[in-house]
Amino acid sequence: MSESRNAILGKLRAGRDAHPLTPPESDFAVLRNKRWDGAERLERIKRMMEAVHTEFLETTEADWPADVQAFLKAQGTRNLLFGPATEAGARLSTEWAASGMAGGPELIPYADRVETFKERLFDGIDAGITTTLGAIADTGSLIVWPTPEEPRLMSLVPHMHLALLRADALYDTFWQAMTENRWADGMPTNALLISGPSKTADIEQTLAYGVHGPKRLVVVIVR
Amino acid sequence: MSHDGTTSRPDIERPESVYFFGTCLVDLFYPEAGMAGMELLKAQGVRVVFPQGQSCCGQPAYNSGYREEALKVARAQLDYFPGDWPIVVPSGSCAGMMSKHWPDLFKGEPDEARARQVASRVWELTQFLVQVLKVKFEDQGPPVKITWHASCHAQREMGVTDEPKALLRQLANVELVELQREKECCGFGGTFAVRHPEISAAMVGDKVADIENTGAKAVVSGDCGCLMNISGALEGGKKPVRGVHIAQFLKERTHG
Amino acid sequence: MGETSINFAKASSAALQDQQLRGNFRRAMDGLMSKRAVQFADTAEWNGVRTLGASVRLRALSKLPELLEKLEANCTKNGIQVHWASTTDEANAIVLSIMQRVNAKLVVKGKSMVSEEMHLNAFLEKHGIESLESDLGEYIVQLDEAMPSHIIMPAIHMNTKQIAHLFKQKIKEAEYTEDVAQLTDLARRVLRKKFATADVGISGVNMAVAETGTLCLVENEGNGRMSTTVPPVHIAVMGLEKVVEKLEDVPPVISLLTRSATAQPITTYVNMISSPRKEGEKDGPNEIHLVILDNGRSGIYADEELRNTLRCIRCGACMNHCPVYTKVGGHAYQAPYPGPIGSILMPQVEGLEKRGELPHACTMCNACVEICPVKIPIVEIMGRLRSEAVHPGDAVRGAGSHASKAEAMVWKGWSMTYASPLAYQFATALLAKLGNAAPASLPLLKEWTNVRAKPRFANRTLHALAREKGIPDV
Repeated sequence: MSESRNAILGKLRAGRDAHPLTPPESDFAVLRNKRWDGAERLERIKRMMEAVHTEFLETTEADWPADVQAFLKAQGTRNLLFGPATEAGARLSTEWAASGMAGGPELIPYADRVETFKERLFDGIDAGITTTLGAIADTGSLIVWPTPEEPRLMSLVPHMHLALLRADALYDTFWQAMTENRWADGMPTNALLISGPSKTADIEQTLAYGVHGPKRLVVVIVR
Repeated sequence: MSHDGTTSRPDIERPESVYFFGTCLVDLFYPEAGMAGMELLKAQGVRVVFPQGQSCCGQPAYNSGYREEALKVARAQLDYFPGDWPIVVPSGSCAGMMSKHWPDLFKGEPDEARARQVASRVWELTQFLVQVLKVKFEDQGPPVKITWHASCHAQREMGVTDEPKALLRQLANVELVELQREKECCGFGGTFAVRHPEISAAMVGDKVADIENTGAKAVVSGDCGCLMNISGALEGGKKPVRGVHIAQFLKERTHG
Repeated sequence: MGETSINFAKASSAALQDQQLRGNFRRAMDGLMSKRAVQFADTAEWNGVRTLGASVRLRALSKLPELLEKLEANCTKNGIQVHWASTTDEANAIVLSIMQRVNAKLVVKGKSMVSEEMHLNAFLEKHGIESLESDLGEYIVQLDEAMPSHIIMPAIHMNTKQIAHLFKQKIKEAEYTEDVAQLTDLARRVLRKKFATADVGISGVNMAVAETGTLCLVENEGNGRMSTTVPPVHIAVMGLEKVVEKLEDVPPVISLLTRSATAQPITTYVNMISSPRKEGEKDGPNEIHLVILDNGRSGIYADEELRNTLRCIRCGACMNHCPVYTKVGGHAYQAPYPGPIGSILMPQVEGLEKRGELPHACTMCNACVEICPVKIPIVEIMGRLRSEAVHPGDAVRGAGSHASKAEAMVWKGWSMTYASPLAYQFATALLAKLGNAAPASLPLLKEWTNVRAKPRFANRTLHALAREKGIPDV
């Protein structure tokens, strides 16, 4: 409806030109000056995310696939949705196969388009694991950019979301993460900040977790 | 000075004379508060001038949407404050109207510059006592428990927050118990009280309950609109709490 | 007052009688105010981020037409289809035509105030399409066949017991429970089925970034992500003021938004959408449509002062801090946007003839102005609209519709008296003598004395006392 388009833009232009507006300078110093040193960053992320019921699992580069397996086994998790084409996914499938999967969760690849996978995704998956691009100290948030190998619903539909966080991929603020990495030069289909499990306070301001999305968020810190 | 409370007012030198703008509510309903305000200033060695031509800042009409009428009344005040002295006002609301809204009200008018000049000299009474005169009071009254109601416009238009309580705390025998919701509007709002009497009644009802909970014998305030509303409701509800203007309260406590 | 005028006074009177409702709001607003204060306890940080946020919004408004064109160009480049609607009718028609093309029967909705403004649910139902709210609060309100009472917390007027009864009554598989976790879980089970089968997802937009063609949504529940990821078609509706210039403008605004709204440093999800599903991607909608709605906003924009209304980021903090809203609740306003922002926005969008009473639903206490994260001069605009309501003009629709000859005469008389020292002193001296004889049953005095003692005129005015005490006049 280009008629409305032109009418709206014409009216806006006339309105603005009759009374131009000079905005004050945007001073980002308040964001630029928010800094924490290395150790503080991770501490703060943990503290803030734990305050909204996020769980943490500490592990190492060498051990994380086994530690995740042991963790899920202890939780009684039946299966784990993963992205087989990622480096992390490849390690999961080879290392879990080598160690034997008996009694542990089954690995389920997100290999098909959601149209043919939807029923299983909504009804048969306990947990999903994704990588992250890092985390933000200011707000206690994970940065997640879904990809064809790690689709968007992996971090949303399963009841538990496990997120791999490299202990050295930490930022002070959201603003720092996006400006330093020049996000504006090319945004992905979907970029997310995730700061806890799904929650609501819509019933008499009483917090309840797991309203639509994951009931549990487990951050796997890889050192 | 800014209404969003982000900046505070720069200091000025202690003047030899000040004007007193009494306000129309004080004039009709609380003249003793006005007199007390002038006497507090005089007691600090300042000469006080009360121009007899003054009437009202124009706020009632301004807030009702009758700006032309408000302008007419505001303009009539300009002639009476010719000296370059501070204008002290025993009301945060009227002071706010003059210092914050007059520049808008006079915008584009031939006397805009003059109105701005007058507006820039306006001080709320307690702010003036604390910041400019740096008063020190000696309490002469018997022990009493009181509470403080903060006027919306004193706080949010004049940036007066701690000054009145600082003055009250200088009084050794006065126990100041703060309200749970000290900063919440009492529900006066000028014509709001008669336009929406039921909401206003509910608001002042909450305020009265808050006051009663403190166990105070008096509620002190710096604005006669709030006082008329709150003490009217206290009296209407037969509550044994007295509403009193801060100028009058300070005067009573310090001059015996 | 016009015939179609919405009666705020009458609706608020009913709300004031409802002690349950008053209790619900008082508790909720007290909690929200104190939690917000903790978020902004660092005054220097608050001033810095607030000034930055206001500058971001003002900069966006200063280039609004250009930024909307840029947003359109970048969205289009990214594969998002952009539509423009002058009116809510037109926006509804656009949404419906998309639905009909894909033969949609079920729509899941994330929270969107613009869709409330459009009365989109009712419109779609009329055309045989089930439109299901999926934000828990919106879902509750929809089950209750009511309107949201707060823009952030739609069901804030209800307590757990009321919601428990509602669920038992309206949801087939529901067992009666007052356990919030169980009630939430029930909604999860019901709505997950709907997400999986919906044909279209509808969302609002918290911010659209012109620089990158990105739609930003913030939420805690995940229903917004569900609605914008699972169904094959996503339609986003936004008011035309929601654009910002640069991607780096997003962080400060989000920080102000979530802290002001619900006192959270950030919401659980910040969802930034820049394109439909690309080649090789396994999920996400195949089509995204962005509907940009004017509905009177371009008119608001034309006025230098009223334009500031469009800075709003819809955090709802003005409601939480409004002593009038706290007393009467959101429904009394009978508007998608209640509270202070609604009281200035609704009259400008729908006209003063219908909404002219709302700018008077305010004591001008400035509590909203003090906490507005983008420094909207709400009370000044309130005053301006009061003036517009009684003076014919062309800045706002319905200007002059509330003009009353009697009221105008009163103010004229008042100004003549108060602008003349002689007349003023004569009148006040007269009131000092005779004023107290006025019966409490007089109009205005009657409203006042319902719960208050009659104000007493002093025997002598301050003018008289000052003369007697020899206070100099010059």
